[in-house]
Amino acid sequence: MATSSIVTGKTKKSPIPRFILQTFLSLMAVIWLIPMVGALLSAFRNEQELRTNGVISFPRELTFQNFRDAFDRGEMGRKFLNTAFILVPSLFLILLFSSLVGFACTRFSGRFNVLFLVIFTAGNLMPQQVVFQPVFQIFKRIPWPDLLSDTNSGNLLGTKIGVIFIHVAFQTGFCTFVMSNYMKTLPKELTEAALVDGASVPRQFFTIVMPLCRPALAALGTLEFTWLYNDFFWGSVMLQKGVEKPITSSIAQLSGAFSTQDSLVAAASVIIAIPTIFVYFLLQKQFIGGLTLGASKG
Amino acid sequence: MSTVDRTAPRKGRRSRLQQLSFGDRVWLKFAIGIPLFVHLLLVWIPAIITAILSFMQWDNLAPVGDAQGVGFRNYWQIFTIFDPKLFPALFNNFLLIFWLGFCSAIGMLFAYLLDKNVKGGRFYQSVFYMPVVLSIAVVGFIWKAVMFQTDRGLLNKVLPGPGIDFLGNSDTVFSFHLPYLDSPIGLTKNFAALLVAMAWRHVGYVMVLYLAGLKGVDPTLREASAIDGANEVTAFRHVVFPTLKPINAVVAVITVIEALRAYDIIAALGTQRGTEVMGTLVTGSLTGEGGGRVGIGSAYGMVLFVLCIGFIIKYVISNFKDQG
Amino acid sequence: MSPNAERSPDPSDVGFAISRRQLIAGTAVTVAAGGVLAACGGSSSAPAADTTVAAPADTEAAPAETTAAPAETTPAVDTTVAAAAAADLGEVTFGSNYSDDKVKAAMAAAIAATGQKVKINTVDHNGYQDNFNTYIQQPDDVVSWFAGYRMRAFAGKGVVGDISDVWANLPDMSAGFKNASTGLDGKQYFVPFYFYPWAIHYRKSLFAEKGYEIPADWTALLALCAKMKADGITPFSAANDGGWPQMGMFDMINMRTNGYDFHVSLMGGKESWSDPKVAKVFENWKTILPFYQPDANSRKWEDGAAAWGKKETGMYLIGTFLASQFDPTKDPAAQEILDDIDFFAFPAIDPAHGQDAVEAPIDGFMMAKTPKNEAGAKALLAAIGSAAAIDGYLSVDPSVVAANSKANTSGYNALQKKSAELVGAAKQISQFLDRDTDPDFASKVVGPAIKDFLSGKDVAGILKTVEEQKATYTFE
Repeated sequence: MATSSIVTGKTKKSPIPRFILQTFLSLMAVIWLIPMVGALLSAFRNEQELRTNGVISFPRELTFQNFRDAFDRGEMGRKFLNTAFILVPSLFLILLFSSLVGFACTRFSGRFNVLFLVIFTAGNLMPQQVVFQPVFQIFKRIPWPDLLSDTNSGNLLGTKIGVIFIHVAFQTGFCTFVMSNYMKTLPKELTEAALVDGASVPRQFFTIVMPLCRPALAALGTLEFTWLYNDFFWGSVMLQKGVEKPITSSIAQLSGAFSTQDSLVAAASVIIAIPTIFVYFLLQKQFIGGLTLGASKG
Repeated sequence: MSTVDRTAPRKGRRSRLQQLSFGDRVWLKFAIGIPLFVHLLLVWIPAIITAILSFMQWDNLAPVGDAQGVGFRNYWQIFTIFDPKLFPALFNNFLLIFWLGFCSAIGMLFAYLLDKNVKGGRFYQSVFYMPVVLSIAVVGFIWKAVMFQTDRGLLNKVLPGPGIDFLGNSDTVFSFHLPYLDSPIGLTKNFAALLVAMAWRHVGYVMVLYLAGLKGVDPTLREASAIDGANEVTAFRHVVFPTLKPINAVVAVITVIEALRAYDIIAALGTQRGTEVMGTLVTGSLTGEGGGRVGIGSAYGMVLFVLCIGFIIKYVISNFKDQG
Repeated sequence: MSPNAERSPDPSDVGFAISRRQLIAGTAVTVAAGGVLAACGGSSSAPAADTTVAAPADTEAAPAETTAAPAETTPAVDTTVAAAAAADLGEVTFGSNYSDDKVKAAMAAAIAATGQKVKINTVDHNGYQDNFNTYIQQPDDVVSWFAGYRMRAFAGKGVVGDISDVWANLPDMSAGFKNASTGLDGKQYFVPFYFYPWAIHYRKSLFAEKGYEIPADWTALLALCAKMKADGITPFSAANDGGWPQMGMFDMINMRTNGYDFHVSLMGGKESWSDPKVAKVFENWKTILPFYQPDANSRKWEDGAAAWGKKETGMYLIGTFLASQFDPTKDPAAQEILDDIDFFAFPAIDPAHGQDAVEAPIDGFMMAKTPKNEAGAKALLAAIGSAAAIDGYLSVDPSVVAANSKANTSGYNALQKKSAELVGAAKQISQFLDRDTDPDFASKVVGPAIKDFLSGKDVAGILKTVEEQKATYTFE
């Protein structure tokens, strides 16, 4: 099977001496870690001290105060909710849409199937800023009584729903590409047998194909979670109310008109990074496995 | 009729579709139709509108009816008047393709080494991948304030000598003169600093893709080659690398597109001279307080789009050609 | 909060009478350049000299249904009384870019003093600016903004509301401020709140200790710089991260070299950047570059401030917000620096222009084109332009100077008093480079040009590029 990770427990014989390999990797890991550790250390430092002495200096005191301040002043509680409000439906719709398109285009013949896949794949690779002005104007013209929030302006502008739409539109492209490649690797007999048994197409989709796609969905879910969570562009150009903005905006919130406190920003950075790191560790196994994508088809 | 459809033997497919009930066929139409509608409405139609706007003059605060066709004037302006912005930006994107290509190779090396079941492999893997999951605002902060800062950044504390202005120094490392341009273009020192930050992020991303691919390599094959006495390099070249071919294609596209679309790290690390790329030019012109210069911004956007679309078409064709 | 006795009975006591006249002189030039002097002069009812309390100020701003007693015009202001007054106008939404802790609290105090029901939407300062273009297409009823070209550009595009009628209720704003709030069509679009000057900051103790004199002209400045350098002190803190801090230096040298009129005209797109006069500005600038902290381009202004605070550098051309970097609540040592801050006006270069011009950006408010609650929005604008509102603000953030001439100045600290004096003594007031010209031109053309200049690129080439690119912009 394409996805099952064929990691054998056996140690492969390797001509590269182990200790050289270990040393090299540890060295690289240290280099990779330095910036992150620097940020982490800054987060526990007193601002004034940090500004005077820099990160590499013996700390007079370590404090959690920065985290408390960053959370309060960055209004991070509210912003986490905003991000969740955008992220959860987006993620669900993206995975559903891309599975549907992948399923319909790879398991049933249709005149334009390849064309559809080309459209989705190419669209995903488009630079997002290029479409900003037209999307803005289109949203302005789509009436949308946004009763859920108090930013009701009568159209999609400034609503989190609008941000969900744009995420779904863009990310469905990439995920469709992955899902269609993945579904191609599933044995055709599976659905054919179901068809003979008289199972309807939606039934095949939900009960046979989707469960088999779990690894791919886990990988895509992890990737998309990271991307959507970290989205800065659409969240900041589309949402104009401070209280509506996603979590990524709280760092900007901590920077004032003229001044920025590095220790606070460092603490905010650490807080912001927690969910993505958590999700990565949670789904790590499926993630790597699922990433095999359609790549090892055949 | 279905010349495009090379996905399967035509006959079998045809007959299967005919077996579908009316309800099934409607369901399938919606399954494709709804996502397609959203995608076209918010991606492709806006892209086409941008293409049209690049031939017009329009202030985005004015009614749409005020837009006036100006022919190729916007393009003429960006290629002649704004050439000191455009060409260095294009050159930086060009450099990025090579640099990220190099980083992809490093990513592949990391993946290959990690695939050897080294002790603490999970740990290394997580460390290298961590920068990928960090938000760009966080990455920007880390490199700008923690690492590169002139007076107290980590790098300046560690390196001997006076503080190095990593992000502000737009002197060139190497440069050359294009006959068309007034000033030479080349790799600036601050862009070189950005390349380091970008490598930090790109390597892990590529590594994970290869790691996934390597899991698909049949271990017996490798063991066989080891028994045959093939050395590391030969085994890699003849056994591992060919199996990675599909991943290579994916990585190649990701690398090139990331290089062309590069925007976020560069924007996050400041808008210093010497670090402009197409992505920052487009964004700067289309958003921001002076977002009113839609025509010029769209023209920049189309230049970027045309560059990307070339790769996109090439990739998509090769991807869907060998589908059967 | 503030008893009547503390309220300054006559603004001239603190230099505002002078500043008023000279603000007129200053901004009149700006307006004359735009060719609508007559329109402005005609509509200006010169309420500034009127020191009598205009009692029913608020009620005129709002249509007839308003029964609000304009609490803030009665001398003994109590914000809670005011709060009860105008409540029945309904809720007004207010877009605020006052996002730092301190200014956020200060703004909340100001809003409380207006007594209106206001929903504040706070957005981080820089993001607010960056997204203003899209924000103003879906704005709150009342929005924060800046005076000058930057306001007129949006007024000219017809995306903000005419609030000329509100100005009937702002008797304590001088005519100079009124002109600074007037669009090209002669209507008012802006309510000023406060201003803060830019000047060369120094530490009194350092100057005393080393026997430095405040330089009155360029030669003296260069001599002082040389002396500092010999003493092992970097003469100037220099930062330019974000691209704006060094714009202040350009403004000052240009106004000292070529005069305010030329500066305004250059900013308005009416002069050529290839003019030898502009080249002269950079020539003069070059003479002090050796006295700059190195690598200005990527230094944040805060780091320049830190060096200045540690006496590593001797002088710093920056806004008076410099003081905000030294917060005694976070670092006890900061109090000493805070007590030690002083500043002087930028030295004269050409005697013909002396030290006439001062850069003092004005912050304030505009109204959306079609606010949901227009009556409420106009009432809020009138109320926030009142002395009570700015008093509320200054009680929390005393780093700026009130625009309202009736504001309580008795609580001003030494720096505020000096700021008021500096601006009062000025013959002309400029805003700031990115507020006096097309903001896109400022950030995408002039900003990069200054960065190029600082990194040692050829001035003639830079100016040629600026002039070429300027041609693609349409100035008002």
